[in-house]
Amino acid sequence: MKEIVVISGKGGTGKTSLAASLAFLSGDEAIIADCDVDAADMHLLLSPDFAHKEDFFSGQQAIIDKQVCTLCGLCMEKCRFNAIETKGSEYFVKPIDCEGCGYCARICPVEAISMTDQCAGEFYISKTRINNTLVHARLAPGAENSGKLVAKVKKEARNLAEEENKKYVIADGSPGIGCPVISSLSGADFVLMVTEPSLSGLHDLKRVYQLVRKFDINASCIINKYDINPEITGRIMDFIQSESIVHLCNIPYSKVFTEAITAGLTVLENGHTEIEELIRDAWEKIKKNVNDKNK
Amino acid sequence: MKIAIASGKGGTGKTTLATNLAAYLSDKRDIILADLDVEEPNSGLFIRAGKIFEEIKYKMIPGWVEEDCTFCGICQNVCNFNAILNLGNQILVYPELCHSCYACSELCPKGALPMKHQRMGVLSHYRNGNINFVESHLDIGQEQSVPLIEQTLKYIDSICRKDSIVILDSPPGTSCPVIEATKDADMVILVTEPTPFGLHDLKLAVETMMTIGKDFVVVVNRYGTGNADVEEYCRGNNIRIIASIPDSRQVAELYSRGELAYDKIDDFRRSLDRIKEAIPGN
Repeated sequence: MKEIVVISGKGGTGKTSLAASLAFLSGDEAIIADCDVDAADMHLLLSPDFAHKEDFFSGQQAIIDKQVCTLCGLCMEKCRFNAIETKGSEYFVKPIDCEGCGYCARICPVEAISMTDQCAGEFYISKTRINNTLVHARLAPGAENSGKLVAKVKKEARNLAEEENKKYVIADGSPGIGCPVISSLSGADFVLMVTEPSLSGLHDLKRVYQLVRKFDINASCIINKYDINPEITGRIMDFIQSESIVHLCNIPYSKVFTEAITAGLTVLENGHTEIEELIRDAWEKIKKNVNDKNK
Repeated sequence: MKIAIASGKGGTGKTTLATNLAAYLSDKRDIILADLDVEEPNSGLFIRAGKIFEEIKYKMIPGWVEEDCTFCGICQNVCNFNAILNLGNQILVYPELCHSCYACSELCPKGALPMKHQRMGVLSHYRNGNINFVESHLDIGQEQSVPLIEQTLKYIDSICRKDSIVILDSPPGTSCPVIEATKDADMVILVTEPTPFGLHDLKLAVETMMTIGKDFVVVVNRYGTGNADVEEYCRGNNIRIIASIPDSRQVAELYSRGELAYDKIDDFRRSLDRIKEAIPGN
């Protein structure tokens, strides 16, 4: 089983549209994982059935029992996150600021503070309309630990792929370079970086590629909207050549991406043959590279 | 006046709006533009200004002092983040898991885990006329962006004058980094686009703002593409759309070159006029 992760550094480059297209092309050869748990959108194109659903618990939060509290103020003094406030003659925890470290609960002289487990989101395993399995999740608004939820999505997808003898896990990663992306990349066999020819796109591609290199994963690249700025497309091409990144294709700026999203379809199902061929060809190249690596 | 520009979905135009709005308002006001997307900061590509200050930013983590340690294991027990491992003859600290709560350090009976500085990124401050631009870059491989966002906001408070307008270009998403970036703002603008992705992620961002009890308004970018569902959702939920910026390949091309659009495209400037009217006190 090979794990292919689609990332972008910068948001809005077409990452999810392309990940969903690969999901469409791989059919029942792959388990699909939506690791962009902060803003998971893949389900909008794949119409999953949410057949299996469970709560995801992660992290804790402090609660002060006012009956027991003696107002000594030690918790507020020790909290590094300014999460404990006093109002009138009461101390209370600000949930948004509480990191769940439990320091206050440990040092409270009268044990007035307890830690409660937090429901940080929901986790799903679904069949999609194209009959593959999608592992996805929804982070509770403002919750922490999205990296851990990503890790759970990936682990579950990997287990399913092993059990059902699938060839691939295809994961839609998250934007940025921080904890959710690091979680998305760990254990991957092959990375597809989706970029666009803007100064931001190039800047973010270079940063996210530095992260990919730390993981020592083979990388490939698709330049979306390549005709928006031919000069920067050239600079991206130079960059990926100098780093020996596999160049998969350049896709022209096209309304077909928005139209497909609006119709709830992948870009392969919208009757635009030029783009369809580019993506089909890219998928063949990905398969070849992923499988070559093992030889 | 602190205005945070945020969105659930990436690539909806936060940076485009933040940089153009900053430049547009700077003809009359002192502006501080801050890029809080410390993982992938891009605002700096659009602002031509000279660097006047740079500082390495650190977070605090425990450092083990072998001579003083008795391997009692309290440090490991009190760490809620599994950042400390007591091997019996060695204490391992995992900096990337550490949340800098100080529990291990302060509860160690022998003081064998004093806190020490660990580099997490670099903050830079640029200035050009009325525009102050502040950005921080998270070091590659660092997992937690929140402490760097927090320190960047502290720096902004230290340079902020009473009459300054602060524009915060926030990170995408709906989790801790966005909350850190928006929680102290006087006004939150959620940027979205009129597609099912835009709508879905807008709803998440709205939920996040309601969770932290923040008022917000919406700007619809790339107006004219997709469908009318975002408008209908906002109307149905009494959410105010303060401006709709028409879809334009020309704006995308200017963006790609790192150029501002408000001084070149009339439609875009008119949208900023409407956003300005919605800012209290303007």
